[in-house]
Amino acid sequence: MTTFEHATEATPDDASQARLVEWVLRARTFGIIAVLALFVAITASIQSRFVDANNIQFILSQTSLYALIAVGEAMVIITRNVDLSVGSIVGLSAYVSANQFGAHPGISIIAVFAVGLGIGLACGFVSGAIVAIGRVPSLVVTLAMLYIIRGIDTIIAGSHEVLASTEPSSFNSIPDHTILGIPVVALVVAGVVAIAGYYMRSYRSGRDLYALGSEPSAATLAGIPAARRIFGAFLISGGLAGIAGVLWAAQYATITSNAASGLELQVIAAVVVGGVAIFGGSGTVVGAALGALLLQTINSALNVLGIPSLWTDAISGFLLLLAITLDRIIQIQQAAALRRRRVRLGA
Amino acid sequence: MALDAAATTEAPRPGTPRDESVRLGDVLRSLVRWETGLVVLLVLVFGIGARSSSEFLTNYNLETLCQNIGDIAILALPMTLIIIVGEIDLSVASILALASEMLGYLTLHHWPLALIFVTVIVIGAAAGALNGFLVTVVGLPSLAVTIGTLTLYRGLATVALGPQTVSDYPTFWTNLGVDSFPGVPWMSWSVAIFIVLALVFGLVLHRTSLGRRLYAIGLNKDAAAHAGTRVGRVKWGLFVLSGVICAIVGIMYTFELDSAGENIGIGFELQVVTIVLLGGVSIFGGRGTILGVALAAFIYAGIHSVLLLSSGFNDQDFPIVSGGLLILSVLIQNAPSYVRRAREWGRRRQARRRSVRAEQPG
Repeated sequence: MTTFEHATEATPDDASQARLVEWVLRARTFGIIAVLALFVAITASIQSRFVDANNIQFILSQTSLYALIAVGEAMVIITRNVDLSVGSIVGLSAYVSANQFGAHPGISIIAVFAVGLGIGLACGFVSGAIVAIGRVPSLVVTLAMLYIIRGIDTIIAGSHEVLASTEPSSFNSIPDHTILGIPVVALVVAGVVAIAGYYMRSYRSGRDLYALGSEPSAATLAGIPAARRIFGAFLISGGLAGIAGVLWAAQYATITSNAASGLELQVIAAVVVGGVAIFGGSGTVVGAALGALLLQTINSALNVLGIPSLWTDAISGFLLLLAITLDRIIQIQQAAALRRRRVRLGA
Repeated sequence: MALDAAATTEAPRPGTPRDESVRLGDVLRSLVRWETGLVVLLVLVFGIGARSSSEFLTNYNLETLCQNIGDIAILALPMTLIIIVGEIDLSVASILALASEMLGYLTLHHWPLALIFVTVIVIGAAAGALNGFLVTVVGLPSLAVTIGTLTLYRGLATVALGPQTVSDYPTFWTNLGVDSFPGVPWMSWSVAIFIVLALVFGLVLHRTSLGRRLYAIGLNKDAAAHAGTRVGRVKWGLFVLSGVICAIVGIMYTFELDSAGENIGIGFELQVVTIVLLGGVSIFGGRGTILGVALAAFIYAGIHSVLLLSSGFNDQDFPIVSGGLLILSVLIQNAPSYVRRAREWGRRRQARRRSVRAEQPG
């Protein structure tokens, strides 16, 4: 915040509001990177195995799962909605897709990914349709879908679990492939994040999502097809969670009907810590992915420092609250700064 | 967040002859109250239950039904007020868990019981106060705040007791948890407490100026503030109240189960929100009654009981029913607006066709 005030003083008087907002956003991204660097440096100085190749690979493959889901969640939150059902989608997709190997021996891995994607899209379709056409608040719809999808998962799975031995080794080794020490999955997810980031920045329909999130009624009056865009955001969120489910299965190998429960809270925390405003209308998917990286790094650091994993939930909840509170304070200060400037200009 | 999206479409249209049918519809609609529908549904559910199984109306089954619903129904009361003022509290199950774990933790450390009760209730109040502070003073949306505290409080509960379970509570209290209410063999203590609390909440909401103010806040908080209501303070008070009640229910629920574990009460927020919205409370704020919520609680419990008695039903699958009921309640509440939208759409299409015809020469 102090850096922010400094910036308002330094900007020339004719600077537009847009430039100020952009500066804050960029400061946010650098802020996350700075916190990340600080965290890594401190943890590494206490426990050097935190930065060895194995642990970095582990953090990166863990992050790629969360980042993939966070991209979709960020798009939904930017439209001033929320998707609480992603954890259940990941769970259902992980179970059903991993089960394909046992049910249809010799099935190709690409077909399994298609199954996961299909499940995710179907879930996103239902939530999106009820939110966009039924105009039921997304909170209600996705809270209900969280339990409905998990319930379907328990009906399908029962107490049965998919064992690693039924899955081909080429599937379970997906997280192990690396190029120059970086997991291939992480590279692919980085590509997805880049494409989504470019789309949200430069495509008209991407900008529409921001417009809908910052002022729904104005966006509708301006002719933006609100229902179609919001539906699309839920579809993408569901689809990405579906693919993440297959990756989850590849990474954890043994899958029960309980897989990934509570994951949605970690994802929302990542998105919000990454600078996507919970009010909608601002933030980037790249920021959301960085938020996921930060949270996973913190989790891993706690682990390496010997702090019990019991603390994970409490810490991510605390970080979520901290992030939204800081955002709100910055927002209030920003509004005050703009008001002061307008007075100075005699407008 | 998006909660106010549909509320703005309620504006009355100027009365043209075409609107005669709409006005008639409004009159009919005002005759058919949501609560009337709930009474019919309640009779229907219990009728189906009695016909499908001879066990349904036994004291034993009804007491089980009451055991299952009492605690959740109590949680629905403060949630009703919070949703009426246009907010939401998703952290209820986590505050309940935090209270339960602290009860276990302090019992392990041999604190006197009275002191434990006070401490746990103070913790509940503090948890609610933090929610209220972030919503009213910092100005954050309650959805985001309570998603955060849902994670935080459940996380703290996990930390407090770790993976262990505590189950050596005084038998006097644990017996109250499973005994039926004296003289009424089909009713549990929790439902008796719910009925008393529901009367108090109903009186406050429907018979006091504070109650009217809650509706005013939900319908238009700026107007309510201009009319002299301290909106922030009232909302903050409701969150603290919710925290206190969650802590009390946490104690009750722990005694009923005679154990406290980290997964206690998981998923309760879905059931609570489902009952409140099924009871006719508008998710957009400003509408709903305690009577409706009480009826909805027993309908919900009745459906659960009917399913439990039918063969081939697995209790683990009940969340699917809850989720479906939740979405259905809001869809049905929204139904009039769908009719209006469809009619407007038809009228626009007709107007477009007419203007196209007018443009064509000849």
